[in-house]
Amino acid sequence: MGNWILGGLSMAAAIFTLAALCGVIIMLGIQAWPSITEFGFSFITNSVWDPPNNVFGAFVPIYGTLITSTIALIIAIPVSFGIALFLTELAPAWLRRPLGTAIELLAAIPSIVYGMWGLLFFSPIFAKYVQTPLMNWTADIPFLNHLFAGAPIGIGLFTAGIILAIMIIPYIASVMRDVFEVVPPLLKESAYGLGCTTWEVIWSVVLPYTKAGAIGGIMLGLGRALGETMAVTFVIGNSNILDGYSLFSMGNSITSVLANEFPEASLTGFHQSALMELGLILFFITCVVLSLSKVMLLRIKKMGGP
Amino acid sequence: MSKLTTRDLNFYYGDFHALKSISLEIPEKKVTAFIGPSGCGKSTLLRTFNQMFALYPDQRATGEVIMNGVNLLSGKQDVSLLRAKIGMVFQKPTPFPMSIYDNIAFGIKLYEQLPRSELDLRVESALTRAALWHEVKDKLNQSGYSLSGGQQQRLCIARGIAIEPEILLLDEPCSALDPISTTKIEELITELKKDYTVVIVTHNMQQAARCSDFTAYMYLGELIEFGKTQKIFVKPDRKETEDYITGRFG
Repeated sequence: MGNWILGGLSMAAAIFTLAALCGVIIMLGIQAWPSITEFGFSFITNSVWDPPNNVFGAFVPIYGTLITSTIALIIAIPVSFGIALFLTELAPAWLRRPLGTAIELLAAIPSIVYGMWGLLFFSPIFAKYVQTPLMNWTADIPFLNHLFAGAPIGIGLFTAGIILAIMIIPYIASVMRDVFEVVPPLLKESAYGLGCTTWEVIWSVVLPYTKAGAIGGIMLGLGRALGETMAVTFVIGNSNILDGYSLFSMGNSITSVLANEFPEASLTGFHQSALMELGLILFFITCVVLSLSKVMLLRIKKMGGP
Repeated sequence: MSKLTTRDLNFYYGDFHALKSISLEIPEKKVTAFIGPSGCGKSTLLRTFNQMFALYPDQRATGEVIMNGVNLLSGKQDVSLLRAKIGMVFQKPTPFPMSIYDNIAFGIKLYEQLPRSELDLRVESALTRAALWHEVKDKLNQSGYSLSGGQQQRLCIARGIAIEPEILLLDEPCSALDPISTTKIEELITELKKDYTVVIVTHNMQQAARCSDFTAYMYLGELIEFGKTQKIFVKPDRKETEDYITGRFG
């Protein structure tokens, strides 16, 4: 009888989760339907987001989400790799635990704090000491001068990407550290036994051995970067007009558009429905990324070793 | 002629005194076996030869390990180059996460830049000497993990000899293998001593008797007896050695 009750309760909890997930998808789908039928595929490609005239194209926020996440990954992957490498192979034993904990604590900072810090402290410094010199330096270099153009105001896509990078580093670094730690000591010793240097052991043996797990960790970070709202909203500039392809220009991400516009979206036009469709698109992107990360992590478990 | 000599070698894991004043001479181009009960220090002794212990901060060795007239413990030579001269194969097969071909080529590429055709020859020669070539020649691009345990272990031996070391250390190379694979490895060891000085740690007394020329019996970190294998197994000088070999102890 007791078993039966426990079984029933835990099954109910599991079903509830599944039902909530399905409910969210269905609700998003229904609410977004008017916008989906009205704008079709052009919703994704059109860059005009004009609530007064009831025309909605989500290219700018989708682009903003993808580009800020990409910048975040480009910065976070090598830094996290370096952190994990240092913590597992190079740091003296007494330093490993406190340093590892400190990096994990980065994940405990609320995202709104990152946002405030990014807007009030980081972006002025960034504008003065990074943006301006970088723009001067690339002024005569084709392509790069467009990539780093615009007013050096400190906020924009690039700043959002950097803040996101800082936010996802603890996730990626701790997964990487965990998978590096499970590499069998004998495997590393074999490589050292051939006369490899530490770097050669890491690059040629440890990294290929943990590839799947490391990629899983990166996906986890990416999933978080895509869905991050508060910090991004603070520093991205919240502009629905894209000014060329400069990384310094202000922009919008899917999440920042939702956070900014949802309260005042009119119910009569397509505004709210378009926002719902944005949510659905973000849900879809995050889902794909997270499923990929699960698959990667499963694969490394199946490999037996780790 | 002795290839490797230890003099008054002591080894410590933190506070634990694992090797006590070991002095022995390992003859060139012969097979020397280290036998003894678990924990007697035979693997530890092997790991001092190629400085593997240096990877771990709480492990240290004192005394001398002399190869080609140089004391390896003086800390003056490049550890990587030293390890290239002293190949090592472990208890369990440890293929690298790459193709069979690259498992062999990887080590060679660390030291030499060869054109592809020459590299192919070196890979083939190493695999042939490890008696593995005929089994893998049609699947060189497959992962090293696709091989059986015995094949993986021979792959590791091939990887070790591909960089032309002077000494080959085998740390219980057959402990994870079935009898047929074990026989193959033992035959291989006999072949290898034509070109290399081989040191093998083994739990298997018959294995030591079958494939070694010299045997060292160790107990609790001390070298009890060292001599020609035949003598150790037929008429050892020390009572403890005889007890261990005849199975009355250990």
